[in-house]
Amino acid sequence: MCLGVPGKVIDVQGSVATVDFWGVRRQVRLDVVDEPVEPGDYILNHVGYAIRRIPTGEIEATLALYEELLARADADLMAADIRGEIQGVGDDRA
Amino acid sequence: MTVRDPGLTELKFRDPGRARALAGTLARVVGDIGRDRVSVMHVCGSHEQAIARFGLRAALPRTLDVIMGPGCPVCITDVPEVDEGVALARQGVRVATYGDMLKVPGTSMSLADAQAEGARVEVVYSVAQAVDAARRSDEPLVFFATGFETTAVATAAAVLQDPPPNFFVLSAHKYIPPVMEIVAEMPETRVEGFLAAGHAATITGWGVFEPLVARHRLPVVVAGFEPLDILAGLVKLAELIRDGRPSVENMFPRCVTKEGNLRAQERLWRVFRPIGGRWRGIAHVPNGNLRLRDEWAHLDARRQFDIDLHRLCDHAPPALVEACLCGDIMAGIKAPTDCGLFGRQCVPGAPVGACMVSSEGTCRIWYQYGGHPELGGYGAVCAR
Ligand code: SF4
Repeated sequence: MCLGVPGKVIDVQGSVATVDFWGVRRQVRLDVVDEPVEPGDYILNHVGYAIRRIPTGEIEATLALYEELLARADADLMAADIRGEIQGVGDDRA
Repeated sequence: MTVRDPGLTELKFRDPGRARALAGTLARVVGDIGRDRVSVMHVCGSHEQAIARFGLRAALPRTLDVIMGPGCPVCITDVPEVDEGVALARQGVRVATYGDMLKVPGTSMSLADAQAEGARVEVVYSVAQAVDAARRSDEPLVFFATGFETTAVATAAAVLQDPPPNFFVLSAHKYIPPVMEIVAEMPETRVEGFLAAGHAATITGWGVFEPLVARHRLPVVVAGFEPLDILAGLVKLAELIRDGRPSVENMFPRCVTKEGNLRAQERLWRVFRPIGGRWRGIAHVPNGNLRLRDEWAHLDARRQFDIDLHRLCDHAPPALVEACLCGDIMAGIKAPTDCGLFGRQCVPGAPVGACMVSSEGTCRIWYQYGGHPELGGYGAVCAR
């Protein structure tokens, strides 16, 4: 519940962004993000809300951990939490 | 029980060289402290997951104890709070909540038990989904809101987004900084420093820990979730303990600033006020609970529904729960293996205590990653 997941912003409509998480597109609310967000930016999502815009220089390091985690088995707790967070983003817009 | 794949060892760190160097530094610094036992506490389920999952404890010096504190939001949701959700559901009200909450035992039953009896309990991944569900019907829908400040921010945003009149919030949100004070004050505490959770601090900023450090003269280090982030955080914490320098250090600057996310804080405190309340198994925590401000009374489930808790008291509490040590475990006094039920009567499929329910609960994490996180041979990548 506390991990948060990074995703890439595809489109912004008002306070809702369409965000790509490893091929899954979801809507994320932008009400509480700390900085303005544009397509191409990466955000950290937590239960359907962006809580931070990830600065450009840090995207790679942030994504790497998650990729490593997601590569693991279904039964893995951290991988399951990340998948849960990706689900958490509301309607599928893929 | 999951058997760990020895092949995992090589994959555990993307940068084994740095991990080895950090583990070496940590051993040296902890050695410099020159005591039999140095105990530090982290307050984050995701830290414990990473520590157990990557076999980090095996890379730690033997004299360093890294204890998981009350960092699992599901585990510290108090029994009466679960009871409120269960009572509402059994009174015929639609209740929506995060999936982790379903199996958490209340006095006589969990939300999952109520659901099995026909009550309408729905799992949502986001508060926004609960709002949408309310919008699609006229029926009242109560969102049972749990989680720390990071999650409470989402609830606050939903409250401020003008939800439909049939949407209500039952807040069991908790705020972490006050409980660190409580742990620091416990007479039996051995904690000499805290590793604070990176993502909660994303919201609050690291400045929020300064009063704690000043009052208790315990160092706090904010750390991320990468195995290397955690090792680096522990090195910094050990240095501060060795040097007798209680201060706050931010080892997660890629996410955390001193002020934090001001926009999120503004919304959080516009919707919630901190009040004292119990954390399951821990203590009464002054300012540890987040409740809706009077301005939002019209969507506060506690004020809009007559929650009948008495009917739940007809059932005797399940006897096994009495033996659960979750509270002592989260206070850092006991470990899951001290509990006679661990892995026997209490397993993830049939949890007795809340720590076995959530993917961030200590018992669940220890069970999944091998029953005991002192994972001997699996830490070979880091020399002791
Ligand atoms: S093993 Fe189960 S009963 Fe024992 S402390 Fe953990 S959650 Fe409680």
